[in-house]
Amino acid sequence: MDRTDSRTARRYLALWFPFLPIDRLRIARPDLWAAQGDAPAVVVENVRGAMRLATLDADALAAGLTPGMTLADARAREPELRVFEADPHGDQDWLERLCDGCARYTPNAALDSGHGLMLDISGCGHLWDGEAELAQAATDRLERHGMRVRHAIAASPEAAHALARFPAAPAPDEDAAVRRLPVEALELEAESAVALRRAGLRTVGDLAARPAAALAARFGEEAVDALHALLGLGHRPLAPRRPRPAIRVERRFAEPMGSSAHAIKVVAEMAAEAGEQLAERGQGGRRFEAVFFRSDGLAFPIRVETSLPIRDAPAIMRLFQERIDSLSDPLDPGFGFDMLRLTVPRADPMAPTQLALEGGEARKSEGVEALVDRLSIRAGRARIQRLEPRDSHIPEQAQLALPAVEHRAPEGWAPVGEPGDPPMRPLHLFDPPQPIDVVAEVPDGPPHRFRWRRTLHEVTRFEGPERIAPQWWQARDGAIEGESTGRTRDYYRVEDARGRRYWIFRHGLYGAETVHPGWYIHGLFA
Amino acid sequence: MSESIKSLAALKRHIAALDRTPAPTVGCARLATGHAGLDAALDGGLLRGRVHELFGAAEEEGAAAGLALILARLAADDAPLLWLRTTASAKVGGSPYGPGLAALGLDPARLLIGLMADDAMLLRAAVEGLRCPALGALLIELRGRAPLLDLTASRRLALAAEQSGVTAFLLRVGGDPVPSAAETRWQVAAAPSDPLPGNAPGHSAFALSLLRRRAGPDGLAWRLIWDGEKGAFGDGRHECHEHGQDGQQDGAPLSGALVSLPADRSAADRAA
Repeated sequence: MDRTDSRTARRYLALWFPFLPIDRLRIARPDLWAAQGDAPAVVVENVRGAMRLATLDADALAAGLTPGMTLADARAREPELRVFEADPHGDQDWLERLCDGCARYTPNAALDSGHGLMLDISGCGHLWDGEAELAQAATDRLERHGMRVRHAIAASPEAAHALARFPAAPAPDEDAAVRRLPVEALELEAESAVALRRAGLRTVGDLAARPAAALAARFGEEAVDALHALLGLGHRPLAPRRPRPAIRVERRFAEPMGSSAHAIKVVAEMAAEAGEQLAERGQGGRRFEAVFFRSDGLAFPIRVETSLPIRDAPAIMRLFQERIDSLSDPLDPGFGFDMLRLTVPRADPMAPTQLALEGGEARKSEGVEALVDRLSIRAGRARIQRLEPRDSHIPEQAQLALPAVEHRAPEGWAPVGEPGDPPMRPLHLFDPPQPIDVVAEVPDGPPHRFRWRRTLHEVTRFEGPERIAPQWWQARDGAIEGESTGRTRDYYRVEDARGRRYWIFRHGLYGAETVHPGWYIHGLFA
Repeated sequence: MSESIKSLAALKRHIAALDRTPAPTVGCARLATGHAGLDAALDGGLLRGRVHELFGAAEEEGAAAGLALILARLAADDAPLLWLRTTASAKVGGSPYGPGLAALGLDPARLLIGLMADDAMLLRAAVEGLRCPALGALLIELRGRAPLLDLTASRRLALAAEQSGVTAFLLRVGGDPVPSAAETRWQVAAAPSDPLPGNAPGHSAFALSLLRRRAGPDGLAWRLIWDGEKGAFGDGRHECHEHGQDGQQDGAPLSGALVSLPADRSAADRAA
């Protein structure tokens, strides 16, 4: 492949892991894997009520077992079997980790159907002295890790996908190799593939020689689409697993770096570089991601988020340091990091500020934002909250607590009630409301005394009822947990003999909605 | 022997040199509460940049948290206020309610709430918060005995507060006073409010007593009424009178005192 061509045409590397569930078990769960001896291993899943083989290892295939066979049949043939339950989510997670690890070859790496990865390596080959060397490096790295992998490079993702999966006879060039693929490579329905074979069309090349209209008439549009995709006639771009960030700084090391402290210093250099790039664009980063690529293929991503755009390297590094300090397992260099990458996935416009001339006011509020960022990173972003008003008259739905790191201070809190009134709404709200025992003179009258948390409160002063009806267009709103429909609530502000003020309500209108209205305490006044 | 005395004296001198000289309290900014009696007893108000402890029984958490928030708001002026609590307290004591804060005259938009996993994390976050001078005030809510808040921990908070000038209010719900580096220590309870016409509960009233104070007498007690509209404390007595002559007769029955009508009005329907 010459260089000029590689600059214009897209090139795709397909990686396929034929034994992914089994390799994952062997690598990630050696305890489970070794527990059952070394008989042929199969992964089974429940298909329509029967346990069927999903993935088999090489020994099991050699013993004549095939995917789709029931487990009972397989045991009849091969009594000594190691059987593992399929874990599609675990496999998916594993594949995503492998995909993140492959981000070292190209920024445009995506998951591919059927336990595969698809890398868009257009223009990446020269970094590895050619795309074949790149593919070799990728497969070597994965194989060192213990994954069995097959790969193919082609001009379209579909062709690479098919070439990696279907053994084809050696061909002089790529186009011929695609044409020599069996018709199964089109991944049509099984019946269609059989029908094509019966018609004497065994390879993709046979099919391509036929008029497309006849093919579409017999096997549908999708057969023609699949054929064209395989031949590279239509271009369908990849949807990369991670969108390409605007700013990306990378460092590759000839020798893996064994100390994480040193690696963090390098990240600081990269942060300064990213900060300069951000300043050129007049932007500040809201999210930063540092990825530590280990030489054995694992990648540690560390992400931080800020509530205001920043581009100051020390500030960025303080956040990273905060995040690294709060990791439950420290950054383990293992055999060393061989690559570091810093990206800014989200950047917002940030105008240069003149602090000295503006009286330092901007700096003051910036200080609190920095505190929010630090605490959010250390404790978790959902733990530092701001209250935001919501337009609802159902008390517990009138506000939302949102992460302070991504929401600016809201406006528009309107107090309930007339000016000069004492507070009509409590300071603390219980959600869900807590049930209480109430003595009232009449069932729909005001409360007389109530028992809450084993203490009896004599009501000396009260005001109410303030009636809050459920939203009739959403019957479930206003329902206490565990009840199907909302009822009207009659709220009372009450004060007990010792001056403690509570917000309590009767749930349901006596006689109309219920015979035994329940009472709940919903809040505490100051 | 004499040598050991000498070395003892040297050690004492060394310790005295290590110990920071207590910050002068005379020239320090004070936070006037607006309540004449309270401010007079405190020589002008609570000291800013110090830790003030407020104790409240578990049943008094509404009043204790309310007063602590009001004081913190007064200390913060227009700057953001951070309220640190644990998820466990939020479960027991309920979550802060924006409309209620607004009704007390405390702008919820300038309130940040930190929900920490446990007391240790909370105290770490508190020190971090107190090191940030841009913060207006810090409210630290601890529930129960809180054994982690020992003298060392409270000294750490006090030092951080002194350095940054951020006033910290340590709200102890259901805890017992233990030695601490706090500037003042208060006991807060709810007080019966001055009733509105119709025997409705009035403005928030607090019974506040000064348990301990670093420099000055203690053991005093006040009754404070908070008017969110004016943003000031009062005694409440004369205000109550004004209310009484507000055109309405004292004790005039409002709708609240009456038995509410049956909602479906079936009786009226039947009568018709």
